[in-house]
Amino acid sequence: MQRRFPNRVLPYILLSPSIVIVIIFLIVPTVQSIYMSFFRVSPFGDRKFFVGFENFTRLFQSSAYLHSLIITLIFAVLVVLIGLSLGTVIAVLLNQKLRGLFVYRTFFIWTYAISPAIAGTIWALMFNPSSGPIVYIIRSITGIGINWMTDRNLALAVVVIAASWKMLGYNIIFYLAGLQAIPEELLESASIDGASGVTKFFKIILPLLSPTTFFLLIMNMLYAFFDVFGLIDIMTKGGPGDATELLVYKLYRDGFISMNTGFASAQSVVLFVFVAILTVLQFKYTERKVFYG
Amino acid sequence: MKKKNLKKMVIYLVLTGMALVVMFPIYYAFSMSTLTAAESYSYPPRFTTGKNIIENYVTAWKTVNMGRLMLNSGFTAFIVATGKIGFAILAAFAFTYFGDFKGKFFFFGMILITHMLPLPVRILPTYELMKSFDWINTYYALTIPFFASATGTLLFRQLFMTVPTSLSDAARIDGAGPMRFLFNVLLPLSKTNMGALFLIEFNFIWNEYLWPLIITTTNDMRVVQIGIKMLLASEAQAAEWNIIMAGTITAMIVPLIMLLIFQKTFMSGFSLKEEK
Repeated sequence: MQRRFPNRVLPYILLSPSIVIVIIFLIVPTVQSIYMSFFRVSPFGDRKFFVGFENFTRLFQSSAYLHSLIITLIFAVLVVLIGLSLGTVIAVLLNQKLRGLFVYRTFFIWTYAISPAIAGTIWALMFNPSSGPIVYIIRSITGIGINWMTDRNLALAVVVIAASWKMLGYNIIFYLAGLQAIPEELLESASIDGASGVTKFFKIILPLLSPTTFFLLIMNMLYAFFDVFGLIDIMTKGGPGDATELLVYKLYRDGFISMNTGFASAQSVVLFVFVAILTVLQFKYTERKVFYG
Repeated sequence: MKKKNLKKMVIYLVLTGMALVVMFPIYYAFSMSTLTAAESYSYPPRFTTGKNIIENYVTAWKTVNMGRLMLNSGFTAFIVATGKIGFAILAAFAFTYFGDFKGKFFFFGMILITHMLPLPVRILPTYELMKSFDWINTYYALTIPFFASATGTLLFRQLFMTVPTSLSDAARIDGAGPMRFLFNVLLPLSKTNMGALFLIEFNFIWNEYLWPLIITTTNDMRVVQIGIKMLLASEAQAAEWNIIMAGTITAMIVPLIMLLIFQKTFMSGFSLKEEK
């Protein structure tokens, strides 16, 4: 550590902008969330009563909340599985040394620039009951006209498709970056030893990509938990019934529509526990990379 | 040789098939945005483009005052991306060039913790805070709470640590102060990373939905993502997909063009971010 300027005050001045923002807009509100989760607030917000863990017991006794928790987990697992498997396969194909592949690459990373809300709008069009092209294609092949948006399971499937599609570009970008780091000689010597493409994929490429896969697993989980609000709000508003009411959407409804502050704060705390677990896992398994480069 | 060609053919075929599937929704959204209302209802659905493109985009633009929304989104995204980069560079500089000052690791942890506090975790108190600041329907609310960046701080810290110490030694011997060193030596070296991070953060804020939804209520302060919701609501009775899609394409065009033009910078930023 020779790179040192002898100045005792300057580092604090340099840090202060970031630290002030973090304290005011991130740490204090989070602490308040936790604090509020122990209170019940009157509907007009003028009075509050300490209720201990009552909000949490109510939360985990509420069948609506447990349902939301379960479908969020199902949703997240499906988004991760679809996103990572398709992402790996497409990235490996794109990484072949073939002419014109950069054009394909451009197409595949396109969805990165599309917001969850826009993805939701486009897929609502694709599946709209009256003239959605996918509804039409399925009807002309099977003869069955399905209304995807009114069936509970199918609506969840549609939301999963839209969410995975939006994340595909992101996943491919990171897998491509991960693939660049695999030494060429390794794959060449495997070929000389007679390994087939499939063997190379499973025995060399996949294991070497595992840090990327792990990173993307965490990022896709976080995405599925927190970033799909716009997609749900536009496509289904949690419906039909509560079939696609993911945790983040339920939190919004209880906190901003029903104005149930204590109850919603408890939901925030549960979400915080999720994200804390995910981040700790991430830092634990990528510690050296993160801190010491 | 023949086997190799066959393999190539298969790869091209598979990729083409997949590209068609992935791109089809975007193509269909675009073609829908060019149809007349009657054509957009037709059954079976029309898969070709029509001639009503200008009318649809003008209608969508006028219905939700798209010009204002684009301006709000663009301005907000620009300010946040710039602010994040500036704050991150200052913090990273503090962490790399001033030895082990008191509280260094505590502050480092504090900035990293932003990773753990996505908006839903603190949404109600942050909203109340905005109300108490009287920041509802202001650019302050849309920008300032986003200024801290764990990713950016890690990224620049990583970069600064790879800069040879001889450079800062030379600067010191020449009597250049730390700020001059930052501006004259480190910043020019950070251009690519700044570019990549700018694109990533711009895209992130442009596409943000939940925060602007709760923090803005007037049409003047809405952003493009909310504009789509407004279009859907205003067209709800008839579900005029051609107009809605014209608005949707308009809303995605800015980040898309940036991604396409700066694809190289973008990709380099991502590989760096991953190795952080």
